[in-house]
Amino acid sequence: MLQSIGVANIDELFDEIPDSVPVANFRSIEHSLTEMEMMQRLSERAREDELSLCFLGAGSYDHHIPAAVWDLATRGEFLTAYTPYQAEASQGTLQLLYEFQTMMASLASLDVANASLYDGGSGLGEAILMAVRSNRSAHSRKIVIGGAVNPFYVKTANTLVRNQGIELVQVPHDNGLFDPLQCDVDDPSAVVVQQPNFYGLLENVDAISNWAAERKALLIAVVNPLTLAVLKPPGEWGASGADISCGDGQPLGVPMASGGPSFGFLCSKMKHVRQMPGRIVGRTLDANGDVGYTLTLQAREQHIRRAKATSNICTNQGLLVTAATIYMSIMGVAGLRHTASRCHENTNYLVAQLEATGRAQRAFSSPYFHECVIRCAGNVDALTKTMISDHGILAGYPLGDIDPTLEDCLLLCATERRTREEIDLFVELFSRILKES
Amino acid sequence: MPTIPTIFDTSEPGRIAGVQTPKAGDLTGLPAEALRVSKPVLPEVSELQTVRHFTKLSQQNFSIDGNFYPLGSCTMKYNPRGAHRAASQPGFLSRHPLTPAFASQGLLKCFWDLQETLKTVTGMEEVSLVPMAGAQGELAGGLMIRAYHEDCGDFDRDEILVPTAAHGTNPATATMCGFKTREIKVAADGDVDIEDLKRLVGPKTAGIMLTNPSTCAVFERRILDIADIVHDAGGLLYYDGANLNAILGKVCPGDMGFDVLHLNLHKTFATPHGGGGPGAGPVAVNSLLQPYLPIPMVGKLNDEYIWLDENYFPLTIGKLSAFMGNAGILIRALAYALMLGREGMVRVAEFATLNANYLAAELSKAGFQLAYPTRRATHEFLITLNREARDLDVRALDFAKRLLDFDMHAPTTYFPLLVPECFLIEPTETETKAVLDEFVCAMSKIREEAQEDSDIVKQAPHNQVVRRLDEVRAARVLDLTWSAD
Repeated sequence: MLQSIGVANIDELFDEIPDSVPVANFRSIEHSLTEMEMMQRLSERAREDELSLCFLGAGSYDHHIPAAVWDLATRGEFLTAYTPYQAEASQGTLQLLYEFQTMMASLASLDVANASLYDGGSGLGEAILMAVRSNRSAHSRKIVIGGAVNPFYVKTANTLVRNQGIELVQVPHDNGLFDPLQCDVDDPSAVVVQQPNFYGLLENVDAISNWAAERKALLIAVVNPLTLAVLKPPGEWGASGADISCGDGQPLGVPMASGGPSFGFLCSKMKHVRQMPGRIVGRTLDANGDVGYTLTLQAREQHIRRAKATSNICTNQGLLVTAATIYMSIMGVAGLRHTASRCHENTNYLVAQLEATGRAQRAFSSPYFHECVIRCAGNVDALTKTMISDHGILAGYPLGDIDPTLEDCLLLCATERRTREEIDLFVELFSRILKES
Repeated sequence: MPTIPTIFDTSEPGRIAGVQTPKAGDLTGLPAEALRVSKPVLPEVSELQTVRHFTKLSQQNFSIDGNFYPLGSCTMKYNPRGAHRAASQPGFLSRHPLTPAFASQGLLKCFWDLQETLKTVTGMEEVSLVPMAGAQGELAGGLMIRAYHEDCGDFDRDEILVPTAAHGTNPATATMCGFKTREIKVAADGDVDIEDLKRLVGPKTAGIMLTNPSTCAVFERRILDIADIVHDAGGLLYYDGANLNAILGKVCPGDMGFDVLHLNLHKTFATPHGGGGPGAGPVAVNSLLQPYLPIPMVGKLNDEYIWLDENYFPLTIGKLSAFMGNAGILIRALAYALMLGREGMVRVAEFATLNANYLAAELSKAGFQLAYPTRRATHEFLITLNREARDLDVRALDFAKRLLDFDMHAPTTYFPLLVPECFLIEPTETETKAVLDEFVCAMSKIREEAQEDSDIVKQAPHNQVVRRLDEVRAARVLDLTWSAD
């Protein structure tokens, strides 16, 4: 090979790097490990972090994933392909994405979905940018964040939008809910509401949707896609429905995995599609008139439009979308409905049992779904710590960090994976630890 | 191969995968107006139907596992299965993102090790692993540059310089950061036009975004001069790490005058591309920009690993994801780095460069025209099919489509735009000489076909699942979701 190139050794191939740039010094990097040695090291670390039971949600949920989902998703043909630029050599990924778009749009009851964004948090940022571009009737560049929207999402979105002169105006929750009457922004570009909200409470989405429409603000619905099998979908809220819906796809067959990789989804009414960021797949015809799939509306994207693109996003979260599409196919409507309702019943049971101990009660009285805030008679931080250290149990999310009025409160959920025995054990430990503290 | 009906076409109302359907839960007490009435369009199929459908779909994909995939600038090298297995262990997969640090020492140790490794690899002071892709790393970098200037009381710097050949993400990122983009010319030899740079740089310059080796696939030889010019004008240098594979273990971006950079772990550190993602785009900075890094990072306090959040970094640009970026991709990258080790990292750049130079030499001998014939190839190189387009009426696009019939993925086409009818070819270090030779044969054969009957090439592909697709129609007659009619 060197002879063909006409050099004496490999070093010569680097002779255009000026001598004034120092040679890299990698002495602090250790010597290579075999695969076995690497696995031994990382297995030890993975085992160190294993816990036994999870009652924590707050945006990431411990659901069952059918075995077939990841067996299929990690086939090399899915795992090691790239963005389907050469459509004819990527029909598998492209058709899958088309099917994914169909499922997501239909779950949200909106017209279109893109092929995914990075995660729920950054997805909200992109949804806000999209709304500002799309809503030409508003001039304020103010976005109303209604009540209890996932605070991690809001922080992330703020990083992404604030440098474009967009201001997020947080309306504090009233008894856990968004009350638009407490909002004093006259001319918002968009209103963001989450259903169920971060505290698991059901917002009056019809009234909120109508309120936003009256102000010519676009409505952005942050949702948990699994719950859409049971709850009224954003496209059917109020008189005209939400304009944009976004959220995190983790509940659809993606392991919690420390929060990533997961995927953000984005659905909207057709009239906003040209402001949508990210990849979109369309069905078309080939030279023989047969059906095929290809990336489309690429004139929105950075590789064509450069500085005027809808976003700088280049990738989607293809592999996770692959898993989610397989998950939704296996589960179907009945599987998703039953999973969502089973989560709800389990959480109901958990809350009832906790209240029966006399050491906990619901923090808010309005209806919730799938997840719930309870106020504890005792130190929440000590409780969660003891639960982990002594029992390997994640006992919910202490809300004091994000809302001082909820200092003694925990956000809890019991997914379809939690058995009655596990819940009973948890309640017993909960009661005992609070008693001893 | 016939086209495959959508999974909705195979649906039958009422069919379920019973073993996957939990017992329905009780919904009494929920307000009726909050509940769904309409039925979503989801497949109603058995588990076997699902498995077979997606198995068949997978077989319609080209992939690294199945094909030579010399997509320039994308570094489609072998993704070691061991790294994937390591990240797929229950302790990592089942970890809830809000698990406190004291119960996550195994994972935090991994992140710490990766941060340290990437500091060495880049020659920078500090690393944040959170950006979820190269483009998000760029965004983080741009926001840090902006934050730095504003902290210096310098509010007038609203321009980012990029070469005309830059990745599209560079100008798109500049816009998202609230900057304007100004494009610098590229000289005939592929290097940045220094005179044009001097003309554009000034008190409005926030920074410059560069890839090195550049998007013209050559090493930017006057990089230190560029750094001086930009720094003297008060601007900062951003390194787009897309092409780091070419210099891994040879030189560090930190020694070339860069202040901030991102790495594409899905390129240089071989994490699977997954059909378009997930990636990971950690950022590294020198001491100037350290206070602004995106959170969280991992620190060490009395032998315990801790999360570094806004309490430790009050000037941070903030969060870029709800939790900790694409954590699982970071574990894969660490596993790959451990297996490569010190020796392997140097081999990456050497063999990637050897393969690219060999392939360039052989294509040149076969009569194809290199875009920069007087320059060394880096880990990739550009050829122009301008002559073939003129003499034979077959364009780069046609060559690309015909290559698929030879069971090879096409190189990157028409990027950068300033080289007409170009292929950006990146063979990577994990391919054998035999595969490179086959590629040269295929290219020569396609040219022969074009000389005999150009329609064979212009109407390619011929033996894929579909013929050439009508992209214009796709954008005009929007069909983005399936419906029953």
